[in-house]
Amino acid sequence: MRETYRRTIRFKLNGRPAIAQIATHETLVEVLRRDFSLFGARESCGQGLCGCCTALVNGIAVSGCLYLAAFVDGAEVTTVEGLALGTELHPIQESFVANCAFQCGFCTPGFILMTKELLDRHPHPTTDEIRHYLSGNLCRCAAYPDIVQAVQAVAGRE
Amino acid sequence: MASRYTESTAKVIEPPGTTRRKSPGSGQVKRSVRRLESRAKVDGSAEYIHNLILPGMLYGKIARSSIPHGRILSIDVTAALAVEGVHAVITGEDVRRLIPDPYYGPAFHDQPILALEKVRYAGEPVAVALASDPHVAEEAADLISVEYEPLEPVFDEVAAAKADAPIVHDKLRPAATFADLKYLQGQSGTNVALSAHVRRGDLEKGFRESDHIFEDTFRNGKVIHAPLEPYVTVAELAGANGLTIHTASQSPSFVRSEVSRLLGWPENRVRVRTAFLGGGFGGKLYIKLEALVAACTLLVRKPVRIALTMEEQFYTITKHGATVRLKTGVNKDGRIVAREAETWWNGGAYADIGPRVAQKSGFTSAGPYDIEHIALESHAIYTNEPPAGALRGFGISQVVWAYESQADIIARALKMDPLEFRRRNILREGRPHATGMLMTDINIDAILDRLAERMEWDRPFDRGSGTIRRGRGIAIGIKACVAPTTSVAMVNIYGDGSCGICCSTVDMGQGSDTAMAQIAAEILGVTAEAIRVIHPDTDVTPYDMATLGSRSTYHMGNAVRRAADDARTQLLRMAATALQTDIDELECRDGAVIAQSGTRMTFRDVMVARFAMQAGNIIGVGSFIPPYEKPDHDTGQSRQITPFWMLGGAGAEVEVDTETGRIQVTKLVNVGDAGSAINPDIVERQLIGAGIMQFGFTIFEEMIFSDGQVVNASFADYKIPGMLDLPHDLTGELVEVPHQHGPFGAKGVGETGMFCVSPAIGNALYDAIEVRITEMPLTPERVLRALRQAQEQPLERD
Repeated sequence: MRETYRRTIRFKLNGRPAIAQIATHETLVEVLRRDFSLFGARESCGQGLCGCCTALVNGIAVSGCLYLAAFVDGAEVTTVEGLALGTELHPIQESFVANCAFQCGFCTPGFILMTKELLDRHPHPTTDEIRHYLSGNLCRCAAYPDIVQAVQAVAGRE
Repeated sequence: MASRYTESTAKVIEPPGTTRRKSPGSGQVKRSVRRLESRAKVDGSAEYIHNLILPGMLYGKIARSSIPHGRILSIDVTAALAVEGVHAVITGEDVRRLIPDPYYGPAFHDQPILALEKVRYAGEPVAVALASDPHVAEEAADLISVEYEPLEPVFDEVAAAKADAPIVHDKLRPAATFADLKYLQGQSGTNVALSAHVRRGDLEKGFRESDHIFEDTFRNGKVIHAPLEPYVTVAELAGANGLTIHTASQSPSFVRSEVSRLLGWPENRVRVRTAFLGGGFGGKLYIKLEALVAACTLLVRKPVRIALTMEEQFYTITKHGATVRLKTGVNKDGRIVAREAETWWNGGAYADIGPRVAQKSGFTSAGPYDIEHIALESHAIYTNEPPAGALRGFGISQVVWAYESQADIIARALKMDPLEFRRRNILREGRPHATGMLMTDINIDAILDRLAERMEWDRPFDRGSGTIRRGRGIAIGIKACVAPTTSVAMVNIYGDGSCGICCSTVDMGQGSDTAMAQIAAEILGVTAEAIRVIHPDTDVTPYDMATLGSRSTYHMGNAVRRAADDARTQLLRMAATALQTDIDELECRDGAVIAQSGTRMTFRDVMVARFAMQAGNIIGVGSFIPPYEKPDHDTGQSRQITPFWMLGGAGAEVEVDTETGRIQVTKLVNVGDAGSAINPDIVERQLIGAGIMQFGFTIFEEMIFSDGQVVNASFADYKIPGMLDLPHDLTGELVEVPHQHGPFGAKGVGETGMFCVSPAIGNALYDAIEVRITEMPLTPERVLRALRQAQEQPLERD
């Protein structure tokens, strides 16, 4: 730790060029919070099993608590803060609001980003496909039925 | 009895006031308002203490006991302090220099901020390493070396209650808060941290008069809350003699009073604030990290943050494991004549709120049944496991698991329909509960009717075939809302006429901000969406006992209602002066004061008329403490044991694979009495969410211990329910039995969905395979072993 190797990474963050000085052991979620004050991705289980720390790297959902920040050098990173267009929420966000698809909201950004990847790849998922795709995201309040409904409602509308 | 009532120290306060209103209502309550904070929760901007980073802040990482019970011989911090970048390492002795008696807790002052002399469970905090880089702090914490002299541990709650058990605490130290714990002051040589009793009728006579007697024992293991926002506290100095604590807590008022007590400071020097909580479920109650972080901050004079990992949640607080022994006498018509219940609560190494869990759930262990002869015993027990406390239901699901499993056993033995058996025995309006209180504002028949309807109970049922067997089961349960407790609220009308609510209820996902806004809006004649709810900050928001026990809608809801009434009266008085009319001629409607003549003044107009410009405040204040009578120490009898009864029911259909023991819950119906729901959609979702949580506790969640060590302390090894686990047919059903003193008839409902899921599934399991399992969770292994045992082909133990 005392001999920490540091490096500079350059990447696109929510559509804008970004640069950060990082230690090589630091994770994406740590750097997003500390260097960019982006708090939508949150570390919870710390093992890539709950999905609270989800971010999109080149359009693919990753667990930000395991994904090393060094790996996003040259990549495009999207967080939940990057989905809205100005003051206009993304349709997935709108649908989560309209379907009351959260309680405490801590896991919600992760579900929204996972849904983004799902719908980018499969615009018309079946209910089973939605369940499977989102099975790596956990919600202790168990808003699951409403989350499935929110995804169904927005699918095909994007 | 009568004289005790009049001499009772509990305050019997005036009944909740009524709002003088001419209009039929503003349409703000009984409306499914979307959560006020919806946008912030989908765009990432919602505030959680988890997000808080302060300039110059140090991160703390905790070194924890590696053994379940032992004396600390030495703590060597040399290697930890040698790590480059480490700011400090703090031990229990360092804390003692700041706080001479550093023991905290809501029921007992038994928990040291950091271990002193002894450790009492594996995972107990022993020392803290502080550094500005969390990775450095973690490395240093790993290098703290502690030498122990191991002592014999005790883990089982029944064994720990015996006279020859190893002793967890040399001397018992009850806090002054609860009078019924006083008798334990200074006792030694026992692990029993409270025995509570309820006696009614003549138990022996009851058993003599019974045609059948059933004796069964039920168990459940420990599980955890696992809120996805980890436990987190950040503290900083506030000026020369103050302290600010930012914490993910359900009980900011308690944190302030307890930290002040520890420091010997007046409460006004400690400020405690919270934000949204990323889940709580009872885990974030009382003191968790707050005393430790406060001590660290004062010792190093810098801001300090400690956030737990998921693994550390398993070492912080759990749900109680429990053993419940029931003896029930029934007559041949299926009437329950007598019930004896004895419950041992595995409270772990520190009492936390366990003695209250034991007392409050203990007195409901006769169930929602009308029984003449009753004796209930409930024991809070110390063991060398992580502390147990409140978990969404406060012990109720453990006792319902027992008495509703036994209800099924009895009904089947008598060849009665389980629904009919319950109908024959339930408590009805005006009948005495086991504690002697006359039941009021309840309708259990309505819950059974709804269950029967949604379960299609009178329709033929497909029982499956071959290796897939199907079954169905039901259960009902009762809880007494916590008492006695206080809530205070303020409603503030600002110079421009907009409104804010100051209250210390913590919104941890249950939607309390929205409910409070609806209640105030209903009275002020504005829309709920226009009201701002100010989050708990003890410098700003008034006292509230805590956000727990499904109490907020009823208690804080009433306080907010009174505060809004007060603000409205002041506003109307000002408007009456401005309009030179009588206050009775005016009402609040559509965001304005409207006179019978049709004259309309916006709230701003009123403020300008009063203060000559857009200025000033109207501050309405309301407080609420419901009537309560302390139960008699020996008999547990009380005329007012609770402000309101919470009632729920559940029905389950299952498919059981007889080759693997796997249970698939295909249908789960959860019925709860919400009184007149303030926000029906949110209530329904509370029932469903609680039902899924209890479904996890029933089917697979269990902390596994080996010699006192938790061996599955991670989400890799301890699964919580995910998308693919859910029953496909899952409903939350509101039954609305208005409460005469609830705000607009509402009752609390946050825990109701937890009560009955486990026995409903267990009873359905029996219905499917005729095997009774008395211990939760109902894992495939446990089911398969029980099934093979019943077939006299037992599986080998490994």
